[in-house]
Amino acid sequence: MHPVVRLVDVVAVLGGFPALAGATLTVERGEIVLLRGPNGAGKTSLLRLCAGLLAVERGEATVLGCDLAADRTAVRSRVGLLGHANGLYADLTVADNVRFWGATVGATPAEIAAAMERMGLANRLLDVPVGRLSAGQRRRTALACLVARRAELWLLDEPHAGLDATGRDELDSTLRAAAAAGATVMVASHELERAGALASRVVEVVGGQVRPVAR
Amino acid sequence: MNTMTPPTSTPAPASPKHPTSTRFTRALGVASLVGIGWLVAFGLFLSPNDRVHKTGVRILYIHVPSAWLAYLAFGVTGIASGLYLWKRTRSLMWDRLAGASAEVGVLFMGITLVSGSLWGRISWGTYWTWDARLTTTAFLFVTYIGYLAVRDLGGTHQQRARRSAVMALLAVLEVPLVHYSVKWWRPLHQNETVEEGKLSGLMLFSLFVGIISFTLLYVWLVMHRQRVLALNDQVDDRGLDVALAARREES
Amino acid sequence: MSTWRIARLIAAKDLRVEWRSRVLINQVLPFATLVMVMFAFALDNNDRVLTRVAPGLVWLATMFSLLVVVQRTFAVETADGALDALQVAGVRPGGVFLGKALALAAQLAALELVLMGAAVVLYRTEFQAGGVVLLVTTYLAATTGLAFVGTLYGGLAAGAKGRETLLPLLMLPVVAPVLIGATRATEAALGTEGATPSDGWPWIGLLTLFAALFGVGGTMAFGSLIDE
Repeated sequence: MHPVVRLVDVVAVLGGFPALAGATLTVERGEIVLLRGPNGAGKTSLLRLCAGLLAVERGEATVLGCDLAADRTAVRSRVGLLGHANGLYADLTVADNVRFWGATVGATPAEIAAAMERMGLANRLLDVPVGRLSAGQRRRTALACLVARRAELWLLDEPHAGLDATGRDELDSTLRAAAAAGATVMVASHELERAGALASRVVEVVGGQVRPVAR
Repeated sequence: MNTMTPPTSTPAPASPKHPTSTRFTRALGVASLVGIGWLVAFGLFLSPNDRVHKTGVRILYIHVPSAWLAYLAFGVTGIASGLYLWKRTRSLMWDRLAGASAEVGVLFMGITLVSGSLWGRISWGTYWTWDARLTTTAFLFVTYIGYLAVRDLGGTHQQRARRSAVMALLAVLEVPLVHYSVKWWRPLHQNETVEEGKLSGLMLFSLFVGIISFTLLYVWLVMHRQRVLALNDQVDDRGLDVALAARREES
Repeated sequence: MSTWRIARLIAAKDLRVEWRSRVLINQVLPFATLVMVMFAFALDNNDRVLTRVAPGLVWLATMFSLLVVVQRTFAVETADGALDALQVAGVRPGGVFLGKALALAAQLAALELVLMGAAVVLYRTEFQAGGVVLLVTTYLAATTGLAFVGTLYGGLAAGAKGRETLLPLLMLPVVAPVLIGATRATEAALGTEGATPSDGWPWIGLLTLFAALFGVGGTMAFGSLIDE
């Protein structure tokens, strides 16, 4: 079985700046890997690279069997990236958004309804425009979109930010359930305790490189 | 000059002692300067006045060569962009050639428009007329200014190359559309070019000198500019090596 | 997902966004009508002049509104990183292009109807029975072309710094043939200055060619233009 993510000495550039400076990391199927490290260490860039959004300047990068140096578009429909932006349409309702993103991979109405339920989007929220939601509710909507999209690799950048206690618990259980169901999760987070308890493995990102952390 | 060297193994790029010139470009530069000297001599002094336009005809010795060059330059940009987009010939060299050629082309197209409107004032009493050729040229000028703006949008070299190559091909599509739409728009407009037959032998020769020397100048400028762009890209890559080292220090 | 299904999905989403936000109705339509009124101010309130130039003014107002609508349709995509998310989701760029162009065309068509109405009221434009087919064909062809060009250049400028100023610089020179062609064909359809519908049909050829070129070019190239 090939690893889901295999990075070897990857360099990636963001506006002339080497966001990743020789990152090496292997992630197996079903793992929940926590990326920790100071701001600007390259956590976000690592996630964006795995999503096929950031070009591989040097080194080898294989995600879900796709060689990113050769083609970084093929992998895209199979990963879900939740970054600082939620990728939601503020004028559309919660239900509209989840339906739209689910439909991009041809999800059935039942799957979409299940996704919304799993993310604790109560009925009263479904018809509210996303622009009027709190940050936590928006994040939850975005996660529901990922579930609806049936992403195999979840790349989450500070997913706990802006969520209330209930939302965090729901997120954790969703991530565990997703991992148990065969999805692989990479989480960049400052909330080490919470994310640490969730993660099956912790790595540290510093200076655009990745180091293992002993548990 | 190999512009595709992998950055890690790049030796020191051209130092100040070794600017972008080679023996060939130096010769080319001398040749184009000599050509322009000839053009000045023939265009301003040795060629006779025109019967109708008197001394005003001398504008043509600048106007016609620069118009020819501007279109040549944009043609080169278009072809180089196509070569970049075609997978089998993909190389950043084509992208830089396209960019260098477009820069020089915009310069010469500016000269064409100014000299053309001066010529228009002298020969038919107006700076501007909605002739298809004129209007297309003006649109092309603006379009390629936009093309140069797109080249500056940032991103990696490959992104810049792909984006601007697409823009250049779209610009090539635009030329006939603008040309024919303007042509049909004003179908009755007179055709006001100088008939070649009216020019005396010495006048034609001056024009010929202009075209040759401007073409040499174009090749010279584009070669230098292309090399400067290659050096810019190399500086980006070398800057990357330095920044990489610094970044690795962090950890 | 086929390109066409993606296109329908994106178009439905864009129209739904418009339906919920009503930016076109509440902001762009008043703006466009205002432009028509300003033309009348600028050209001296002389009915004959206005009737003569009405087709051109309608299309000019359409072009200005196109800029506004294109900015808006891509602001919707970039405000919360949705364009990025569409890329991550591996949604086919060709489908995104066609879908956004389709929604844009629908919005432009609504806008043009209102502008034509404004021309009838403000500039005393009159329709001829014989020119209706030509008029409708002109609108279809020109609107399609404008929507394709708007989507293509809007997508290119979407992520860029200074997109507000870059978009007009890139787009207006390209749509010039549409302005000329659509104006002439509309004049022919309305019988302005004794023109007859048969004068208009060659322009339809030009407009159709324009739409086809940018439709095919955009579907193929959109991916490399929006890719960051």
